[in-house]
Amino acid sequence: MTATPQHCLIVRSQLPRDPRAAGLLDDAHALGLARVTQLEIQELFFIEGDLCPADRQRLAAELLSDPIAQAAEWRSAANDGVIRFLGADRQSRTIETALRPGVTDPVAEQIVRCAHMLGLEAVQRAATGKRFIVYGKLREADLHLLAKRLLANDVIERYAIGPIEPSFPHPAEASGEVDIIPVRDLNDEQLLTVSRDRRTALDLAEMQAVQSYFRAIDRDPTDVEVEMIAQTWSEHCGHKTFKAEIVVSEQSAVFSDQSSVTSHLSPTTDDQPSAINNQRSAISSQPASTVDGILKTYLRAATEQINAPWVRSAFVDNAGIIDFDDEYEVSFKVETHNHPSAIEPFGGANTGVGGVIRDVLGVSAKPIAATDVLCFGPQDFDPKKLPEGVLHPRRIQSGVVAGVQDYGNKIGIPTVNGAILYDDGYTANPLVFCGCVGLAPKDSHPREPHPGDRVIVLGGRTGRDGLRGATFSSMTMDAQTGEVSGASVQIGDPITEKGLIEVTVRARDLKLYTAITDCGAGGLSSAVGEMSSSCGGEVDLKRVTLKYPGLAPWEIWLSEAQERMVLAVPESNVPQLQAICDTFDVQLTDIGVFAASGHIVVRYGDHVVLDLANEFLHHGIPRRSLEAVVSRQSSAFSSQWSVVSHYTDFNATLLALLASPNIASKSSVIRIYDHEVQGGTVVKPLTGVMNDGPSDGCVLKPIGTQGTRGIVLANGINPELGKRDAYAMAVNVIDEAIRNAVAVGADPDRIALLDNFCWGDPLRPETLGSLIEAARGCYDAAIAYGTPFISGKDSLNNEYLGSDGLRHAIPPTLLISAIGLIDDVNQAVTMDAKEAGHVVYLLKADSGMQIAEAAPAMYRALHRAMTSELVRACHDVSEGGLAVSAAEMCIGGRLGMSLTIEADDPTLALFGEGNGRLLVEVKPQHGPAFEAQFDPAVVKRIGMVTDGSRLNISSRTQALISLPLEELVTTWSRST
Amino acid sequence: MSKPQVLILHADGSNRDHEAAQAFEASGAAADIVHINQLRTKEKRWDAYQLLVLPGGFTYADALGSGKLWALDLNTYFNEEVHTFVESGKPVIGICNGFQALVKSGILPGQRSAVSAQRSASNNTATLTFNAEGHFECRWVVLKPQSQRCVWTCGLSDLIECPVAHGEGRFLLNDPDDLAVLQAQDQIALTYAQADGSAAHGAYPVNPNGSIGDIAGVCNPRGNVLGLMPHPEDHIAAYQHPRWTRGESGRLGLRLFENGVKYAREM
Repeated sequence: MTATPQHCLIVRSQLPRDPRAAGLLDDAHALGLARVTQLEIQELFFIEGDLCPADRQRLAAELLSDPIAQAAEWRSAANDGVIRFLGADRQSRTIETALRPGVTDPVAEQIVRCAHMLGLEAVQRAATGKRFIVYGKLREADLHLLAKRLLANDVIERYAIGPIEPSFPHPAEASGEVDIIPVRDLNDEQLLTVSRDRRTALDLAEMQAVQSYFRAIDRDPTDVEVEMIAQTWSEHCGHKTFKAEIVVSEQSAVFSDQSSVTSHLSPTTDDQPSAINNQRSAISSQPASTVDGILKTYLRAATEQINAPWVRSAFVDNAGIIDFDDEYEVSFKVETHNHPSAIEPFGGANTGVGGVIRDVLGVSAKPIAATDVLCFGPQDFDPKKLPEGVLHPRRIQSGVVAGVQDYGNKIGIPTVNGAILYDDGYTANPLVFCGCVGLAPKDSHPREPHPGDRVIVLGGRTGRDGLRGATFSSMTMDAQTGEVSGASVQIGDPITEKGLIEVTVRARDLKLYTAITDCGAGGLSSAVGEMSSSCGGEVDLKRVTLKYPGLAPWEIWLSEAQERMVLAVPESNVPQLQAICDTFDVQLTDIGVFAASGHIVVRYGDHVVLDLANEFLHHGIPRRSLEAVVSRQSSAFSSQWSVVSHYTDFNATLLALLASPNIASKSSVIRIYDHEVQGGTVVKPLTGVMNDGPSDGCVLKPIGTQGTRGIVLANGINPELGKRDAYAMAVNVIDEAIRNAVAVGADPDRIALLDNFCWGDPLRPETLGSLIEAARGCYDAAIAYGTPFISGKDSLNNEYLGSDGLRHAIPPTLLISAIGLIDDVNQAVTMDAKEAGHVVYLLKADSGMQIAEAAPAMYRALHRAMTSELVRACHDVSEGGLAVSAAEMCIGGRLGMSLTIEADDPTLALFGEGNGRLLVEVKPQHGPAFEAQFDPAVVKRIGMVTDGSRLNISSRTQALISLPLEELVTTWSRST
Repeated sequence: MSKPQVLILHADGSNRDHEAAQAFEASGAAADIVHINQLRTKEKRWDAYQLLVLPGGFTYADALGSGKLWALDLNTYFNEEVHTFVESGKPVIGICNGFQALVKSGILPGQRSAVSAQRSASNNTATLTFNAEGHFECRWVVLKPQSQRCVWTCGLSDLIECPVAHGEGRFLLNDPDDLAVLQAQDQIALTYAQADGSAAHGAYPVNPNGSIGDIAGVCNPRGNVLGLMPHPEDHIAAYQHPRWTRGESGRLGLRLFENGVKYAREM
């Protein structure tokens, strides 16, 4: 098509050792490609333009490579595929990868811009790629396997054995094609066919509602209208399941035996059988009842009943908001990005972080902290047993972690709290929870667009990003034709989003806008639709700037392109906003106007392609009616969770627990996140003498705030319990989140909660039943602790249909994120043991996995002790029980402990898990004052911190555990 | 006495600008965060400032190498202004991404000439490249102030503790013999050190990135321009120390900023 010459520069490291290549080699071996003996990673830059040798020399030396650390050579006929200086030999082959057309390539854009800055105006277009030199005796099939399993992700990348052809970006123009979809004369079956064909996920009742609306206005809908209705009424945007009326029938089950040990050990070893067994001894049926909406009945109800005066916004805005001090308010939101992360881990996690940051920006707040809770399949999962089409958990983890790191670090928001969990159930369905905390002056968030205000889009250009992912990822794309098809998952662009933060915060302070929301799921249709729902509006899609040509109007309207915000701006303020945008290189596009019409109208140039009444669009969805079956096992189960087996070698058990992936150190991940940026991290994720003890929570002192007040972040998650009893899980994770927050110093009376439910298909009555049980647990626990919910999100249908026809569902997983306040950050407490001779107390208010009635008072007493500065260290007792908790305190402080516990049942006493348990270190002279804070029933002095280098735990009659500190440290640290 | 005015340069992706501003305010200066576009349009003027800061961040997303494209901004749009600022002897500090930009623009270590009339990336004598461990890393380090020539470290005897947070902080020289030149000219401003101040000798993680000579920061031959990878602006209060709950305190990064501001005030 073009005669312009294309050039390819190959760049490689000149340094003796490339650790990235070593890591990749490890991955190759872990994925079963043992014959690969060595890997080299090189970079490819494709440049289109009439360039003389001198120009190319300048481009290579001044822009595309670092001559001190790297070598660079232009590909030519002479060296094509076998570049001599790169040392390729007979045993080596090359695999090259390039991004698919339409996938954002910010580096390519910078190359063109910067080449022009250097005076190399002839550079027209650019693209990037990677080149891998693979050593070892490999067959062609091995190379393809290596490329597919490790080097290229088919969703966003192409690969070639040998030289690859790049895909260059194209200038943009839209297509304007609109289809009319006849629905008025269809019967029920035909309506469902339309729903299926358009992938609207609307059921018959919903399709009938659409039909009667268009019958009433006497025309058929456009594709733009059908797509917008489907989006607005989707589970994601409409939370149909959480709002549905549910008829619940009950089964109750009673379990035998007592108490609780969660096993993080492999149940396969003979001497360490699973410590859990639920034996149903009785099942009986109860009459049916009705739940009038899960959200309303359990979550909102708890918040309304607690009625905390410091809650400023719950379940209404993009994020929940609480008071910080007289001047500021704090917002918090946690989202999931599970499916995108399963198919493209880096991009999925990347845009998950970007999305939740925009939620916080959508309440006019400056993002000040990020949280990430990640659930993966086992890292040593046998590659041969992976379901077809599923990425290996190892690759998912490395991609997700890199995606979180890339976005959080680059945008300058500290990643300060999180967790990583492993379970077989997450192999095909990883969970990626991304959270963001924001800070804003009180009452600075405007929520009401006025008729006449302009509809302003800030940020990135619009492409096919995220549109009906399945369709686009299965489309065959051909680089040679240069046809652009787009990709379903995008790589985020944190620097563009950083620009949005700079502009939004300034525009807020100058009161330039009357409403703001983020472009997330549903793109402009959702953002503009939501903002105009109380008035009306009219936009012209032709004004939207595009990434590449050929987008149909419905695609522009629905695109989930990242890094965009929509603002309602009075016309007189637009020039001032434009000036701020110009300063920060943020693109501003005026696409329309808000109006008092009660309608949303979308034009494409002169053609009206959508005209819907707000009343229908936002209130016309028929309420769903669902059925659930509940196994009301909880009350019985939570107090009667059985230990079926007892360990005998407690040293071995403790070491096995410390080495188990769910408990072992996560420092290798934590350290690649920047948790210090913004300078407010008072209690860091890792703490103690060697900065490696696992903190219970994080304490932040936000930059720019006065006084000593801080924010506390913590979380609770327990899929192990979710598999057995959803109610008990909810109670347990709420207790754990609160307990973690209190352990670092949060005031238990100033803690708010966020709920994130990740479940399977809610149309299965048993699945919906366990969801209801979890929600009921949420209500009961929130009321008991006085902790309101301020925001939440549900991600349902986390199932994978394998090619074997089997459904792989996740364990029901509820993440509770706690946000609390601490009045004086200088009174925060860390978990590391501080000094030999100090006294160790066990606080224990539990009654198995039930709500511990004594816990709320115990947490308040602990907080009093902390504000009286009586506490030197505090650590929650959770996974692995008291022994693991004590071992972690020893590791944190590089000190020993000598503890004596009551141990009628040593397994239970050492490793038992339950609600309302903590270990506390107190100076001996403060012992009496400390004890005086508590009900004597919950506080027990169990030993001392020692400068001996051992952890000793004994019962009154026998030694149970005696291990050297060094062994605890190495065992716990080893797996990372 | 009026406060010294600090120009905190912001390019797309700068993100530790507010912490830098806070550190300078705490040191008695007045800080102004200015986007490079505001200097290009002359909305803000270089000569209104006594100190220049290139703060941390990920300008242009580290595309084509950290600091590289920001350096291109400096050399393309502000060559003369930066030259004038540096030659006038005013204190300049580049932290993390700012250090990377100063090195990639050829301003540091700058022993060939303080600022050549026509700098270009291909003439550079030093670079900051990928950490020896191959990944980004956030951890606290100990810094030993070395240079008496550098206006920022001159007279500092106490160690400094502060975090590093970078993936491309490994300081390398094109000609390894230049290390002796840097030493001879007292341009090695800060080195990574053990907690007791003894040398790291390249040992990870005390030297977190594999920098030659444990170099954490270098200055130009005149001593007024300092670049360093760690973030002293993230340790200006006791509660920021990673072990403050164990009673550890002091070794504030704030001292560096106080030193620079004092120098600017006395100029």
